[in-house]
Amino acid sequence: MKRIYVNEKWCLGCHLCEYNCAFAASGSSDMSLALKGRKLYPKIHVEEGSDRITFAVSCRHCTDPMCMKSCIAGAISKEDGIVKIDRSKCVGCLTCVLACPYGALAPGENGIMQKCQLCTDNICGEPACVSGCPNGAIVFEERD
Amino acid sequence: MKSYYDHIIVGNGVAAAGTIEGIRSTDGEGSILAVSAEKHPVYGRPLISYLLEGRTDREHINYRRDSFYADNGCEVLYGERAEALDAAGKKVVLSTGEQVGYGKICIATGSNPFVPPFEGLEKVKNKLQFMTLDDALALSELLSEESRVLIMGAGLIGLKCAEGICRRVREIVVADLAPRILSSILDDECAGFIQRHVEKENISFLLGDTAERFEDGKAFMKSGRVVEFDILVLAVGVRANTALVKNAGGAVSRGIVVDTHMRTSLEDVFAAGDCVENLDISSGTGKVMAILPNAYAGGFAAGVNMAGGTKLFDNAMPMNSIGFFGLHAMTAGTYEGQCEAFRGDDGSINRLYIKDNLLKGFIFIGKPERTGVYTYLIREKVPLDSIDFELFRRTATQTMFSHDERGRRFGGVV
Repeated sequence: MKRIYVNEKWCLGCHLCEYNCAFAASGSSDMSLALKGRKLYPKIHVEEGSDRITFAVSCRHCTDPMCMKSCIAGAISKEDGIVKIDRSKCVGCLTCVLACPYGALAPGENGIMQKCQLCTDNICGEPACVSGCPNGAIVFEERD
Repeated sequence: MKSYYDHIIVGNGVAAAGTIEGIRSTDGEGSILAVSAEKHPVYGRPLISYLLEGRTDREHINYRRDSFYADNGCEVLYGERAEALDAAGKKVVLSTGEQVGYGKICIATGSNPFVPPFEGLEKVKNKLQFMTLDDALALSELLSEESRVLIMGAGLIGLKCAEGICRRVREIVVADLAPRILSSILDDECAGFIQRHVEKENISFLLGDTAERFEDGKAFMKSGRVVEFDILVLAVGVRANTALVKNAGGAVSRGIVVDTHMRTSLEDVFAAGDCVENLDISSGTGKVMAILPNAYAGGFAAGVNMAGGTKLFDNAMPMNSIGFFGLHAMTAGTYEGQCEAFRGDDGSINRLYIKDNLLKGFIFIGKPERTGVYTYLIREKVPLDSIDFELFRRTATQTMFSHDERGRRFGGVV
């Protein structure tokens, strides 16, 4: 199954992936209308370490997802390898945040959790963070 | 109902759902029966407070889709209990008196509320527990804007109950014999911080105090205070429901003793969920860790093993994410060793417990973001001298790991 991978050597730390992610989720066709002046809730985030290290983190779509086993509402499931969340069932208890080793889940605008679903939940077709990365640091491919 | 099933599950909570899914991940054919004391399909037990609060509803509280049992070829016997287990004869005796044979059985009977023998308790008309969906629905029926509610117990159950109903009642008093709230997972400073936040609502506390005796509508406390109430909620504590295994001669301590395959000491008898005691990897001791993630994971492992596969549940530890009125406490592991404590600029409380170069436990209040990174450090016993200690102390970030370690964690399928 294809997943999102980040090559931290090529990551510029420009945060464009976060903007592209939030834009993809907005369903809007105008990026500035969709994002300008708003607080963004992207499902990918850039981490910045010492020595100017930067890299983007999003859901790993684990083989044995801790978030799914931990969800008190049964809101997280796995379909065709993609770890999905049914936001209508989530109560925002954050147990998945406590369980995820990658820090890949965060609440959206209303305190309800959201997570990367590889852009299968919008009209992009292919992950927007990947196609929008200016330096080719984020790839969508099959690995072992 | 048939006279024999390949797999019987006593219980129909989240551990049972995990068991069903574990069985079906390995065996698509074998017959399965779940014996459900409650007359509801599996639901998220911790959601009952959110139901009263209006943050979920009867439809969305269900843990699995409506077709869950049918899709998994699982029969459910609603409203019945297993009264006895005949491990030698591989039969279970139901409350109807019928006996059903099994190939493998999983005991997922959860826990029962513990009610101390309060004098005069029988005189209290409106008294409830807060464990099940039916408890929550009954409480909801009783509530009115004029209600004064006394909750005995300032643990997770009592406090979530208070949060769930506080906007629907006039006042709530929470009493606990312990000197602080959430005494099983928080220290004095952390507990005080959350208590002050909760007290901004119409909730007050009587700590280090308990009821000496009751009359209908009145609690006479040890301290001499008299609390008048319309509704009494008993949330003092819970006990693992071990009777079936104990009476059948199986090993029981505070919970049903299981190994990492979720096998009890009785042949072909497995157990999972709040009724079991297993190894806490953060402390190295056997414990009842009645939390939902362990129930599901233990149930799933039990199911795989019942169906002839191999799945270990060998990384259990306590962990709780609990929020009250927007303030979140994230806790995990064991609070032993040296404590690295600091207060964030935002007022958040951060505590990391370190021993033998390992993270053993943590408490974070007010800063829940990415705390799973710390849970991972405990669970995987990551040597702390292999990560950037200064980053580790300050913030939950993947940059605390070495370049190579990050490559391993993020460069392939995990």
